[in-house]
Amino acid sequence: MLDTAINNKQPISTTSEWTFDLIQEYDREIALLAKEFGLDTYPNQIEVISSEQMMDAYSSVGMPVGYSHWSFGKQFISVENNYQRGRMGLAYEIVINSNPCIAYLMEENTMTMQALVIAHASYGHNSFFKGNYLFRTWTDASSIIDYLLFAKNYIARCEERHGVDEVEALLDSCHALMNYGVDRYKRPYPISAHEEERRQKEREEYRQRQLNDLWRTIPNMGGAEEHAEPHRFPEEPQENILYFIEKNAPLLENWQRELVRIVRKLAQYFYPQRQTQVMNEGWATFWHYTLLNELHARGKVTDGFMMEFLTSHTSVIYQPSYDSPYYNGINPYALGFSIFTDLRRICENPTEEDRAWFPDIAGSNWKETLQFAMRDFKDESFILQFLSPKVMRDMKLFCISDDDREKEIEVGAIHNEDGYRELRAKLAGQYNLGNREPNIQVYSVATRGDRSITLHHTQHQRRPLGKDTSEVLRHLHRLWGFDVHLHSLNGDEITASFHCPELGRDRSEEEESMLVPKPI
Amino acid sequence: MSYIIDRRLNGKKKSTVNRQRFLRRYKSHIKKAVGEAMNSRSITDMGNGEKISIPTRDLNEPIFSNGRGGHMEQVLPGNKEFVTGDRIPRPGQGQGQGSGGSGASDSGEGMDEFAFQISQDEFLEFMFEGLELPNMVKRKLAGNDSFQVVRAGISNEGTPGRLNVVRSMRSANARRIALSGGKRRNIKLLEQELEIEENKDAALRDQRRVDELRLQIEDLKSRISRIPFLDDFDLKYNLLVKQPRPSSKAVMFCLMDVSGSMNQATKDMAKRFFLLLYLFLQRSYEYTEVVFIRHHTSAKEVDEQEFFYSRETGGTIVSSALKMMRDIMQDRYPASEWNIYGAQASDGDNWNDDSSTCHKILIDDIMPHVQYYSYVEITPRDHQALWDEYRSVEQVFPDHFAMEQIIDVGDIYPVFRQLFTQKVAA
Repeated sequence: MLDTAINNKQPISTTSEWTFDLIQEYDREIALLAKEFGLDTYPNQIEVISSEQMMDAYSSVGMPVGYSHWSFGKQFISVENNYQRGRMGLAYEIVINSNPCIAYLMEENTMTMQALVIAHASYGHNSFFKGNYLFRTWTDASSIIDYLLFAKNYIARCEERHGVDEVEALLDSCHALMNYGVDRYKRPYPISAHEEERRQKEREEYRQRQLNDLWRTIPNMGGAEEHAEPHRFPEEPQENILYFIEKNAPLLENWQRELVRIVRKLAQYFYPQRQTQVMNEGWATFWHYTLLNELHARGKVTDGFMMEFLTSHTSVIYQPSYDSPYYNGINPYALGFSIFTDLRRICENPTEEDRAWFPDIAGSNWKETLQFAMRDFKDESFILQFLSPKVMRDMKLFCISDDDREKEIEVGAIHNEDGYRELRAKLAGQYNLGNREPNIQVYSVATRGDRSITLHHTQHQRRPLGKDTSEVLRHLHRLWGFDVHLHSLNGDEITASFHCPELGRDRSEEEESMLVPKPI
Repeated sequence: MSYIIDRRLNGKKKSTVNRQRFLRRYKSHIKKAVGEAMNSRSITDMGNGEKISIPTRDLNEPIFSNGRGGHMEQVLPGNKEFVTGDRIPRPGQGQGQGSGGSGASDSGEGMDEFAFQISQDEFLEFMFEGLELPNMVKRKLAGNDSFQVVRAGISNEGTPGRLNVVRSMRSANARRIALSGGKRRNIKLLEQELEIEENKDAALRDQRRVDELRLQIEDLKSRISRIPFLDDFDLKYNLLVKQPRPSSKAVMFCLMDVSGSMNQATKDMAKRFFLLLYLFLQRSYEYTEVVFIRHHTSAKEVDEQEFFYSRETGGTIVSSALKMMRDIMQDRYPASEWNIYGAQASDGDNWNDDSSTCHKILIDDIMPHVQYYSYVEITPRDHQALWDEYRSVEQVFPDHFAMEQIIDVGDIYPVFRQLFTQKVAA
């Protein structure tokens, strides 16, 4: 029966109206092709929703369940505003890294768009989620929905017991530090809602005991060790600030530690997505393009279908040049799509240049090479490895260096023979999260003194901290409960220091200015 | 295999909670905007939604980020004319290529204000927040037509029709267990003894003791069976009580001076005040009627159009309107059924000897029957005799009478709020 479906040259549909039967049929055809191309996916769950529901989903970072917080409301209102004024089209799709992989289709879309979304999300993104090493090691697709539900319920219970304001204030502070709630190198345990709930009680007790040890104020009766040099705490600088707070903040209640933990876990879940934007979107775009073209080649879709598809495809991968009013950074869809497409070309029709640049992959099996590129890289290493001179030429990439000690901006490498390597390295560096976000770590805590916490910011190419820094420190102060210091270091030299409460101010005055986020 | 699910019928207001949280957090901003809107709006769209703007910096969610400065390298697309080593003057501060892309708004223009629309309901909610209608519940709950029967738990007495079978059986069961507990314990002991006796070797068995035990068990069992299955005091009845229901009908009397001294601007202010009161009453009562009475030297009941827009000239006799209000109240709005609110607007002009008549009518005929009577005097000038007479009314009925002065449009909403601010029970 499947054979007849493939050999049947009739297009699946000829109008732009979609029906559930047609979606089913497109999905089946695309699934067959995807299998032929060797895409390995989670099972798909395709949900048809209305535009209002899409706005809901959009404003809760695509999650089908989420805890309540005003910032999601703000997000929702701005999405709604822009949509109603026609300033922004809604995303055609949202896809969730879960097992089964959930993809949303909007009911307003035409049949072509639905097919595009199915190919893009349900087979493109889906196979990326299942294949890429970051997603494989850092997230547990089978339990995320359960965990979100657990988090939602737990936070709702906290709100009932401790009041919405308390919870909201705490979440604000956690969100401010969310990017510093991830382990970059250590592989976390997979999260599971069931396990979480079981262990939560246990943790409460254990944590309190540990804390008591750390903050012990009763004199040590041993005598001998009393004069020993006190250990620096923590012994090594800690990059996961939220984790450090969860485990060591002296004054937090147990439920507050749980909340910190929830935000931290979510940050960890989204961490791979932030590191693979170019690859992920490029991969999905490459596959919807390839799959739908293949459908057309086999006579499954009409020319009209292809026209509509190509129109929206080109607008997705449009890259305005740096001086255009529409320029808003490098379009990850465009960059990723170009690299993957060129990779296929290098495999299938290598030129002399390609053979020189990519001796191991030029002329190899393109499906295997692309799978390899998708599986074992993140944006930074992917660009460093696979950005070809041709793509750099096509996109006319160039590098500028802006040094505050110089009067003018200098143009560095450009898309020519001398510049390719440097340009590629620079672009890869731009996708290194470590360069994009300031490197801030917990350096020490005065366990015997005023309990203040000190953080160190290690500057990257002398870049200073942004203007929100003091604001974030106030949030950190709320979580920590005692004084917070942040030193910005260039090498070994401290170039700037931030304190919360600010130094040299009278305490009583302090209380007033701290009204906004008051310490817990 | 893919599952295709139609979710369109699922709830679509998932973000409502988050939206409410947002409104709650920025309450002070929104209230300010609503207050301003109240004063600048035309009368006809008093109750519509409102566009609220909040400065973006107040909404900021801070995170650690890189500031400007230091050494920055960036790769950009779309090179047209540059070659390595070119030097370009730095574009203006805070703009252009150096912005890093991530923070800029996608519309290409800077956004200083976060603007959004609140709905009509939300608008009214903010407008009337913290206000209450004084004396909402009728003081006298006369008549038997406004009662509702509500369940009020379980009682031991009642008519058979209200018998609560489950509760009755439960208490009967409890009673039987309580009364037979000792006996059943005894039976158990006796039965154990009996068993031991019966298990003994036939030669050792004391047959007399066995018989005796059997008899005792028999006796106890028959006594247990004599405990009645259902007793009088087991019976439980559903208890229903009548609760007086406060009348949910309200009538609002709008009294306005239309003599020559009231110009269009003054009338406009009076109208705004009446309108606010009307919107407020509508939110509190299921059913609201409005009676418009205008007066110069004589009073007349009119429709809305005529009330606000037709002009007449002449002197002013305020008591004529009060008399008319009194008569209409007696004819059509018995105080036992209606919550009566009076609102009067005037510029304070009156025939001098009439003011004392007003005082008398208010004290004797009107105030005892109304929930609340408010008087606003729209004048920038000094008060006249009427104001003083009304002051003395206020002293007699401090809870049911209120008066304020309005000088210009900006005063209306604050005065309205002042009149109806929630009074904390002493």
